[in-house]
Amino acid sequence: MKTNGGAALIKALELEGVDVIFGLPGGAILPVYDPIIDSPIRHILVRHEQGAGHMAEGYAHATGRPGVAMVTSGPAATNIVTPLADAYMDSVPMVVITGQVGTAGIGTDAFQEVDTVGITRSVTKHNELVTNAADIPRIVREAFHIATTGRPGPVLIDIPKDLVDPTNPNSALDWYWPDSVDLAGYQPRLDGDPALIKDAAQLIIAAERPVIYAGGGILKARAAESLLALAELLDIPVVTTLMARGAMPDDHPLCLGMPGMHGNYTAVTAMQESDLLIALGSRFDDRVTGKLDAFAANAKIIHVDIDPAELGKVRRPDVGITGDCRLVINELLTALKQIGAPEVQPDRSTWKSTISGWQEKYPLAYVQSEPGDLLKPQYVLEQLRDNTPDDCIVASGVGQHQMWTAQYWKFQHPYTWINSGGLGTMGFSVPAAIGAKVGRPDRMVWAVDGDGCFQMTAQELVTAAAERIPVKIAILNNAYLGMVRQWQEMFYEERYSEVYLSPDLPDYKMWAEAMGCVGMRVEAPEDVLPAIQRANEVDDRPVVIDFRTDAREKVFPMVPAGKSNSDIVVGPEDVR
Amino acid sequence: MSPATRHHILSVLVENKPGVLARVSGLFARRGFNIFSLAVAPTDDPTRSRITIVVDVESAPLEQITKQLDKLINVLQIDELAPIDAVERELMIVTVTVTAESKPELLSLTEEYSGVVLDEAGDRITVSLGGTPEALDAFTARMGAAVVAYQRTGRIALPRIV
Repeated sequence: MKTNGGAALIKALELEGVDVIFGLPGGAILPVYDPIIDSPIRHILVRHEQGAGHMAEGYAHATGRPGVAMVTSGPAATNIVTPLADAYMDSVPMVVITGQVGTAGIGTDAFQEVDTVGITRSVTKHNELVTNAADIPRIVREAFHIATTGRPGPVLIDIPKDLVDPTNPNSALDWYWPDSVDLAGYQPRLDGDPALIKDAAQLIIAAERPVIYAGGGILKARAAESLLALAELLDIPVVTTLMARGAMPDDHPLCLGMPGMHGNYTAVTAMQESDLLIALGSRFDDRVTGKLDAFAANAKIIHVDIDPAELGKVRRPDVGITGDCRLVINELLTALKQIGAPEVQPDRSTWKSTISGWQEKYPLAYVQSEPGDLLKPQYVLEQLRDNTPDDCIVASGVGQHQMWTAQYWKFQHPYTWINSGGLGTMGFSVPAAIGAKVGRPDRMVWAVDGDGCFQMTAQELVTAAAERIPVKIAILNNAYLGMVRQWQEMFYEERYSEVYLSPDLPDYKMWAEAMGCVGMRVEAPEDVLPAIQRANEVDDRPVVIDFRTDAREKVFPMVPAGKSNSDIVVGPEDVR
Repeated sequence: MSPATRHHILSVLVENKPGVLARVSGLFARRGFNIFSLAVAPTDDPTRSRITIVVDVESAPLEQITKQLDKLINVLQIDELAPIDAVERELMIVTVTVTAESKPELLSLTEEYSGVVLDEAGDRITVSLGGTPEALDAFTARMGAAVVAYQRTGRIALPRIV
């Protein structure tokens, strides 16, 4: 069948099961926007290309399916670099299609020309500049395969305009659809090496103070059930990193919660004092390890990751297993049972009571505000947590509000927590929440945002209002770039440099209303719950609540940057 | 190359496509690895190229760079060639100044190194030499201050036939 590159691209996306594209048209991608009119694929018109990228990420986080964004060349391509980098850091499956100037114009500094594949090379799992229209079906097939298999990640396809323009002979091709993908240089290993599985099982069964260090790879591998089975078989406590919140239910007795720079005392200290860390889909990020040579110094390490480059990148494992977390955990379960688990383990009652002692002595805590004082952000989060469904999806931006949400929310299900972990992208939450709601319209979706973050991507609420995507945004408005303020207070002798934002400028309630949302402002504790309840009832447009919170509140516990995790600062009374 | 670090030769088989060299060299730059020399050309199979990269790193970071390289979709195979397990060659063209006395010495040395004279004018001669990198080092050392300019290709290598 004779076709053209633009029609072939849309057809290929349909065959990949794409149900929604987040995008914004422009000159070079124009021909592709014509066949979209006749396609069953929903297109969501964003207000800024960065929004398209983060929406695609939010969609992918919430559904497990690859998010798709499509934008034009030049400035549109550079605007989507941040979401690509974000998705690359957090292993989010995403396919981004960018328009490019016509083949003859490439290299001439044509209008809206940038070297998109050059710019995005180091922030994509793979990218490809299409040079021949006949390659489009194959390249699309490969892009989705690469984005979704192995360690997931973003793939970018850059397509010159002449190859998709039906009036240009360069766009002609005979339609085909590859049966399979054949990439000689890409063969991810999924199952673990049986000998290494046996070694790992021996280490686990002999450990006296083991901790499972569960990372985002658990969620990517759909391995939450396997993780639970492993933890329960051996009665081993589990910490869930920022990227793994929800991988183990927070109310499970074996779940210790979040480790790291702002992790809780028990999660941080259990890792420090352990004699065996079972790292599953985690990558020893600096925000988790603190000062590296002081991190879990007496622990042996089992490290399971689908990306062999993660094994030994930061900490050399005693047993490093390349493979898919779900498969490897299941193989481990079999191996452990074969050698007599759970009966043959050492008595770990002392370790368990030590851990529960920490939990009792060092719970997360804050001091409630006095009447007339500004709200405590933690109080707002507790109210939000307790008055939304268990399976509510919560997205956050980056900063204090993100850490409080990760700490105070009780995640009971996987895929209910969406945030920017590795890159730390301010402005992530609004578009990510929109993408999540598009992917999971059956779920309630809240974004918890900071006032600084909100100002970076708020325009996407226009998109949400226009498309009737009823996300809900809780701004913890402390009138500051709060995390930076916290560091300046603690480490720069309270010399506050360029962190004040003002609580009233902009007027968030009016801004929300101007964007077609319901806007509210809450200043008193007794108004928090009614506002949340009112927001929960709105299902035809977005809602924004401007919670006025106390700027003096800091995120604790905290391991100061560069310090050992053993130097954890539990609360403000601990600050010296 | 400092004596504290050991050189490693990576023989990297890649797809012969635009941008692949940029992917490989960009990865080295981004991960903070220094390329000592690099040579690239198509293989007997025109859809494949072989990149021979000499890096000067300790073995632990080498493992990391190898793993990162292997993640590139267009990289098909990576072999680390220990010097003892590989045959290596490098090409050099070098321009030297000669006097009536030193010219015969240069010519005989060139012959000793299986080199050829490429160009000659006035008191300058350009010769081409192929050999192991160490042999080329020795040649330039013997020429000393007479060397006006030289260009080396970087080494190429293949595993020894076992």
